Amino acid sequence: MEVEHLWGILFISLHAMVPITLAAIGETIEEAAGLFNIGLEGILLLSALTGALGAEMSGSATVGLLAGLSTGALIGGLFGFISTYWRGSQLISGVGINLFAFGFVAFMLINLGAPGFHSVPRDVQVKLISLGVGSLSPLVFVTVGLAIAVYWMLRRTQLGIRIRSVGENPAAADVAGINVNALRLATALAAGAFAGLAGAYLSVDWLGAVTKELTAGRGFIALATVVFSGLNPLLALFGGFVFGFFDGFATWVSTYPKIKDVIPWQFVAMAPYIVTLLVVAGAIGRVRFPAALGVPYRRE
Amino acid sequence: MTAKAILIKRLHPIIESMLAGVIGLMIGAVIMLGYGYNPVAAYVSLFQGSFGSFYSWAESLANATPLILTALTFAVGMRGGLFNIGAEGQLYIGALAAVAVSLIHLPSPIHIVMALLAAMLAGMVWSLPVALLKLTRGVHEVISTIMFNWIAYFLALYVIAHVLTDPIRGEKTISIVETSRLARILPGTTLNYGLIIAIIAAVVVLFVLWRTTVGFELRVSGHNPVAARYAGISQRRQILTVLLIGGATAGLAGAVQVMGRPPTYAVLSGLPQLINLGFDGIGVAMIGRNHPIGIIVAAIFFGGLMAGGRIMQFSPGVPLELVRVIEGVIILTLAVPELRNLLGSFWRRFAKKKVHDGS
Repeated sequence: MEVEHLWGILFISLHAMVPITLAAIGETIEEAAGLFNIGLEGILLLSALTGALGAEMSGSATVGLLAGLSTGALIGGLFGFISTYWRGSQLISGVGINLFAFGFVAFMLINLGAPGFHSVPRDVQVKLISLGVGSLSPLVFVTVGLAIAVYWMLRRTQLGIRIRSVGENPAAADVAGINVNALRLATALAAGAFAGLAGAYLSVDWLGAVTKELTAGRGFIALATVVFSGLNPLLALFGGFVFGFFDGFATWVSTYPKIKDVIPWQFVAMAPYIVTLLVVAGAIGRVRFPAALGVPYRRE
Repeated sequence: MTAKAILIKRLHPIIESMLAGVIGLMIGAVIMLGYGYNPVAAYVSLFQGSFGSFYSWAESLANATPLILTALTFAVGMRGGLFNIGAEGQLYIGALAAVAVSLIHLPSPIHIVMALLAAMLAGMVWSLPVALLKLTRGVHEVISTIMFNWIAYFLALYVIAHVLTDPIRGEKTISIVETSRLARILPGTTLNYGLIIAIIAAVVVLFVLWRTTVGFELRVSGHNPVAARYAGISQRRQILTVLLIGGATAGLAGAVQVMGRPPTYAVLSGLPQLINLGFDGIGVAMIGRNHPIGIIVAAIFFGGLMAGGRIMQFSPGVPLELVRVIEGVIILTLAVPELRNLLGSFWRRFAKKKVHDGS
């Protein structure tokens, strides 16, 4: 195997890492505060659509990314409201978000006159940074930076301690003068924004299109990454890279004739999901989650 | 509690579901208005296509059939304290198992029974790793079921293309043989005896959950895990029971869909007649409040939306996908248990203000 192929696999893996890790870092903040959003998949899909539309209407990729980010924050905020002030079920509202997103994106794709597939013009996609051996999206560097920043925020700042206290023991945090619901809502907004950026990255940057199956379970793989990382954003970076590798590997193999003939593409396509299961099964046991994860807080 | 109070308490979930349905349809109307469709025309067409005639009733019931079964999967999970969203993958595997039984030759009624049993068994086998991962490694079922759904999807594509492939048309499996097909209840419609199978399954689940020790233990551990532990109920056995029952009904859903729905009686590449039935079942279970009788009613409602949605798609041309948007809104509404109280307090405040303004 030639060296270019190795670079190619590395770059594909890094690009595939971005959406999973971004969504996972956001979800880490939210889970540290005690919220569990299985609607990430839907947020990714919705913001992929709004991101693409934002970029096309404004002619700017940055606006597209921001549109996706805002969509994510909006849906994340709705989820936050339901699971804090309205004391709703987090799992059920997550399912609601996913179904809504599937329906709405399919509905919109038909309205855009392209059932099932909408491509984003090249000139409004994010410009790649050339590195000599290949090109990388600037979002790869943003993702690494955000992972470090969130790690530092959760472990080393007062805000991080407050977020974690709300997830561990909301009653004690409440007594200490922290507004539990407001802080949880804020983390849900942040998590939504991260997932929104990840979704917009899918359409405006990496894949350059919007389809009904665009997200392909990546929201759930991000959830699995959070489990694997034990709420550590730096490990989420690593986990995202591993899943990204298999994701990218599947894409790469499907275009590489020698391997295509030996292993049917369907089995290669399964790889990211099987690896996710294996990694999560191996990781659990040493991972401890916030005590109040998934439990709505109600003052006694 | 007086008899009247008990009646009102029983009515609450029904009122909540109806309220959520109304809110879902209203938001659907707002979205239609936003995109230049006429919501009144759309809903008239939707209603005529779902419950407006004898024929449309039959189509609604035909659409409801697999949804009853996948909703049972989710509902049994919720009753037992598990968030089992794996019906989607299990139904693909069940459908393929039903097709595989067509490779052997058997007389008619036995062939049907064998195919149904094979599908149930296949669904159970597919949900077994989910149970084992949870029991031995503590993997949350939301993550494992979704991963298995995707694995099932690609496995199904492989089986369609390479194992059970139709020798003449490579994009589909072989068709179910005549002896293994479910007869139509009404000629000229797609309504078949799968509906009866689905209703029997619902009644069996109703009986097992509310009339047997197994079901009682399952509901106790779902409702209050701590109390269940004190009562000596094995949590581990409940996880296995819930996932196996769920796998069986989901597998059946795949079987009735492929054995009963004309015209191909086969699984097509891309799984058009199977895809999303598992996820729609979650919505149906939610609207039906995870109760078998509620599920039958909710499945007919949702089957009606799907049947009517197809008519709505022709005239006035609103995409069928809007139905799933409405479903999402309904579930989001149902996720908020206090919605009724919230609306009630708004109403009271509003009424109070009116009184004050008046004086």
